[in-house]
Amino acid sequence: MTTASGLRPMAAGELTKIVLNKEELFILDVRNQSDFDDWKIEGESVEIINIPYFDLLDSVDQALEQIPSDKRLLVVCAKEGSSKFVAEQLVEAGRTNVSYLEGGMKSWSEHLEPVKIGDLKDGGSLYQFVRIGKGCLSYMVISSGEAAVIDTFRMTDVFERFAREQGATIKHTLDTHLHADHISGGRKLAEQTGATYWLPPKDATEVTFPYEKLEEGRDITVGNTKIKIQPIYSPGHTVGSTSFIVDDEYLLTGDILFIESIGRPDLAGKAEDWVGDLRNTLYNRYKGLAQDLIVLPAHFGKVTELGEGGRVMARLSDLYRDNPGLNIQDEETFRRTVTVNLPPQPNAYQEIRQTNMGKITPNEDEQREMEIGPNRCAVHDK
Amino acid sequence: MTTHPEIKADQTLDCKGLACPMPIVKTKKAMDQLQSGQVIEVQATDKGSLADIQGWAKNTGHQYLGTIQDGNVLRHFIRKSSADEIKEEKKYPHTVTNEELEKKLGNVTVLDVREPAEYAFNRIPGAVSIPLGELEERLGELNPDDDIHVVCRTGTRSDLACQLLAEKGFKNVKNVKPGMYGWSGPTEKDFQI
Repeated sequence: MTTASGLRPMAAGELTKIVLNKEELFILDVRNQSDFDDWKIEGESVEIINIPYFDLLDSVDQALEQIPSDKRLLVVCAKEGSSKFVAEQLVEAGRTNVSYLEGGMKSWSEHLEPVKIGDLKDGGSLYQFVRIGKGCLSYMVISSGEAAVIDTFRMTDVFERFAREQGATIKHTLDTHLHADHISGGRKLAEQTGATYWLPPKDATEVTFPYEKLEEGRDITVGNTKIKIQPIYSPGHTVGSTSFIVDDEYLLTGDILFIESIGRPDLAGKAEDWVGDLRNTLYNRYKGLAQDLIVLPAHFGKVTELGEGGRVMARLSDLYRDNPGLNIQDEETFRRTVTVNLPPQPNAYQEIRQTNMGKITPNEDEQREMEIGPNRCAVHDK
Repeated sequence: MTTHPEIKADQTLDCKGLACPMPIVKTKKAMDQLQSGQVIEVQATDKGSLADIQGWAKNTGHQYLGTIQDGNVLRHFIRKSSADEIKEEKKYPHTVTNEELEKKLGNVTVLDVREPAEYAFNRIPGAVSIPLGELEERLGELNPDDDIHVVCRTGTRSDLACQLLAEKGFKNVKNVKPGMYGWSGPTEKDFQI
């Protein structure tokens, strides 16, 4: 097989930097149209078009006509093979500055970018792990050689490596709720590191494994300096959804409150039942908390929610001013907003819930397949 | 493991173990060698091949018939279309619309003259299957006095079938237009994926 000169792979991490730095990039996505319409790479300075690779088998002329000649070009497909195939033809046709996405959308979906949110009062730090391709966020609290991970992803090696680099031992893994859009790595990471796995008991009535109960008043400490993780029962997205206040400064809201939207109550099939809980959490419970808390959600829906360096965070008082989901005064309008015309449900969400309960144990390939696509946990996600 | 009844295909293409884009690349090459109307079976293990082969068939005008899953092997069936197939050609004068047939279901004999693979994946419930190519030798299976409504995909093959039946003395024969292409009435099939 000939290697087309000038063609080079681009890793998901490199693409992440381009998106976060808002560098110009033109993407040719060669997956089929339905996959493209469902989920694609987004970025403020990213321009993207879709031409399925099977329309480019005879000639790439159709693609060349639509690609500006002066821009850096990235060809993307599901796994890599088809993008490489098309990219090689583009290079043969004389196009320069062409890359293909190494590992395709699968590796894009799995890439994690750790960013530091801030220092803690007693010398520790709080990190956010941005899963940019899927719009998911994990957190690590580190203090005095100990670490706690919140809403761990399936790619547990990333957390283990990061903790090791920081010289910390993972002592706790916590899930704000039973996830429906991605497979939790909380249990696996706890098993691998000897940590304790914590779950809200009301979300865990059907789980098949032992866990510690996340309950109000049962604070968790990290490190000798007692960084406090204070659980706040905040139902609505699920019946057990629990928020955490870390170090009296940060409010980890899970899938209840996002930066530009709010959580949806329907992913466990209980939309009508949970509307009241969601309303109460957002319009009463959170109102009673210190308004200068920094909100750190478990998801983002749009690239516009990414701040400096990719950080997703906002002050609670600012969200009460700007977030449309917190500004629906009429209860009936609220009920309709969170139950009617919701976006499609996340891919394989029922199987994902079963996996997170320990009821089914798909292999790694199957888990990867189940997680394909956007998270769609917010009311306002398209 | 469940075994499926065999579906006749004119060619079987082995794409097992191949990753995207190769199943489609090989299918396209094989398709170029086939005659219009012939059916190819593509065996692939790449899960992505399902959506891709449907997309490719739609964009090229070939007819995607369906897919059977045997263990981890996906067996895709595609029929090669010809350019004139979707063109309307009226030869046999007695026609009914899909909607008219839908109202008469149960009171008439529906004769489906498409290939067995097409019939297996999607058909009108109770339809009798005799592919156009076998119709002449299998006339004995039909009653010349019955009210026979002939369907194919677009009305072209059924038109030829109607002419043949009329020639052989069948009195009450109607060509259903357009046929399965655009049929919104009840259907049944042999397989569920």
